[in-house]
Amino acid sequence: MTAPKTLFEKIWDAHVVAAESTDTPAILYVDLHLVHEVTSPQAFTELRERGLPLRRPDRMLATLDHSTPTLPTAANGERSYANDEAKAQVTQLETNCREFGVALHGWDSADRGIVHVIGPELGVTQPGMTIVCGDSHTSTHGAFGALAFGIGTTEVGHVMATQCLLQRRPKTLAIHVDGALPRGVGAKDLILHIIGQIGVDGGTGHVIEYRGPAIAALSMEERMTVCNMSIEAGARAGLIAPDDTTFAWLRGRPHAPQGAAWDAAVARWRRLPTDAGARFDREVRIDATAVKPTVTYGTHPGMAIAMDAPVPAARNAQERRALDYMHSEAGKPMQGTPVDVVFVGSCTNSRLSDLREAANVLRGRRVAAWVRMLVVPGSEAVRREAEREGLHQVFTAAGAEWRVPGCSMCIAMNGDLAQPGQLVVSTSNRNFEGRQGKGARTVLASPATAAASAVAGSIADPRDYLVEVAA
Amino acid sequence: MKPVTRIHSRTAVLADENIDTDRIIPARFLTTTTREGLGKLCFHDWRYLADGSDNPAFPLNQPQARGCAILVAGQNFGCGSSREHAPWALLDYGIQAVLCSELADIFRNNALKNGLLAITVSESEHRWLLEHPGSELSIDVRGEFIELPDGGRIAFQLEPFARHCLLHGVDQLGYLLQHADAITRYEQQPDHFQQEQVA
Repeated sequence: MTAPKTLFEKIWDAHVVAAESTDTPAILYVDLHLVHEVTSPQAFTELRERGLPLRRPDRMLATLDHSTPTLPTAANGERSYANDEAKAQVTQLETNCREFGVALHGWDSADRGIVHVIGPELGVTQPGMTIVCGDSHTSTHGAFGALAFGIGTTEVGHVMATQCLLQRRPKTLAIHVDGALPRGVGAKDLILHIIGQIGVDGGTGHVIEYRGPAIAALSMEERMTVCNMSIEAGARAGLIAPDDTTFAWLRGRPHAPQGAAWDAAVARWRRLPTDAGARFDREVRIDATAVKPTVTYGTHPGMAIAMDAPVPAARNAQERRALDYMHSEAGKPMQGTPVDVVFVGSCTNSRLSDLREAANVLRGRRVAAWVRMLVVPGSEAVRREAEREGLHQVFTAAGAEWRVPGCSMCIAMNGDLAQPGQLVVSTSNRNFEGRQGKGARTVLASPATAAASAVAGSIADPRDYLVEVAA
Repeated sequence: MKPVTRIHSRTAVLADENIDTDRIIPARFLTTTTREGLGKLCFHDWRYLADGSDNPAFPLNQPQARGCAILVAGQNFGCGSSREHAPWALLDYGIQAVLCSELADIFRNNALKNGLLAITVSESEHRWLLEHPGSELSIDVRGEFIELPDGGRIAFQLEPFARHCLLHGVDQLGYLLQHADAITRYEQQPDHFQQEQVA
């Protein structure tokens, strides 16, 4: 009988090509390598200069998302790139993928979208896999019980050439979420609450496994939202054990196993969850019943509180600087703060369920006259589904802009950005200084809170807007 | 990578905690397709005023901080995105070592792979370094210690493989490529791949 193992340990152990020693890290095999235009060009250049081929182009999937405009292509085929460099970067990935034989879901693909949205949609993200990408929000894929983490461009080159990474085994952190989330409180509120509790570096050096009844009750989309923000607590990755919810979501997706192979895969995946008696290096307990609609008030995701709670006083110079930057007042709640821009999108919250959540608040209402609201679906598939349901009409009728898929205002490198001083209620993942434009002030929130705030023109509790829907 | 054995410099201090990679190099500059020339963009929105002139309030713009190759930074430096542009920008700016009580994982990995010494020290040593900008330090990679102006020493530990690569200028990709046979054997295990081809 083997010792009980955690989900992380099972995946890790199954991917060790060469064991780690005191002197050398483990060589870890990578099952899936996701690629986008921003963090790959220098790696392709390195391979070209060294005359190295890709080891497993069949294990790679590329897309265009960060530098791409979200305005529709003009009638003459012109795309509204932010600048020539952005356009050149996109062209470079197209060229690299052609030259090296990588499947690219580019402009002409019906599947293009944010890399962390399309991987799961296509069924290439599967339980038990190791998944990497030159992007810290690769942790999103952990929702499927895959060990998924972000890497730098040098490591992107390593994976391209060898399908492997040099890695020291990280520690494990179990976050048990007990109870059930109250009505009108969602996965985004939960993860902001968790990061507010454990801190922006609370997960450093660790892989988190989210566990407990409140996690098991989440949909796959919600699990992706939770795992997505693991890196905002400094964690290497975030994991959730695969279960029937996972299998039902994956079944029938284009790259999911079919027929007998499906049954065999599910049987394998059922052995992945953490064994009874397995030990984590650290454990934290979170009470789901205590979570309220949560927002950030400072300049990192750990500065998060319930929107009706008073903003804590600054404890040091940089917290004071953060409050000053945000114009947040200690002792006053964030609820009621005037809003200039609302952004619904990003790999955190741009899936169909997120758009429905926002549309449920906006239906039959108007965005406040002074608020600019952008809704950016995570993928072409999300866009199609949303338009089939008529969600785009809900958004445009309310006065919001309905865009084409991309990272957009989450990272603000494609021209979608806020002006200095503007306050943005954003469903994205980072509220760093200048993240959404130089001088822009970001408040992270759920899609429901974002939509409610757009209507109210100030940070608002979505539960006040959902009562009528429930009645 | 060129070997890195010893760094001797005065320190400059950025005491803020949680300096994220968006502050080290804002995302709008990530449209580049090369690694070079990012130093002028390092700390861009903190370092320059709106008219493009130097922000006198930015600590690294102080005369005594000019030319310093050792940066002492507040806890959790390099948090946020995985962009390797952050260490590329710091190195091109002239920073060769970052000393901190805690560093973000991906940043540290990226830094060490580029020969930027990313070193963690204890909280008390960190506090001393934060409180003494301009200290003349020698960082000895082989001996894993920092020599202080008074001759005292701060010991640190690097991940042994990273240290080996720094000292000998080892190319990590070359090291991985030497294991091609082991990788092939791994791939030939029955049922290894759990999914169909992506392409």
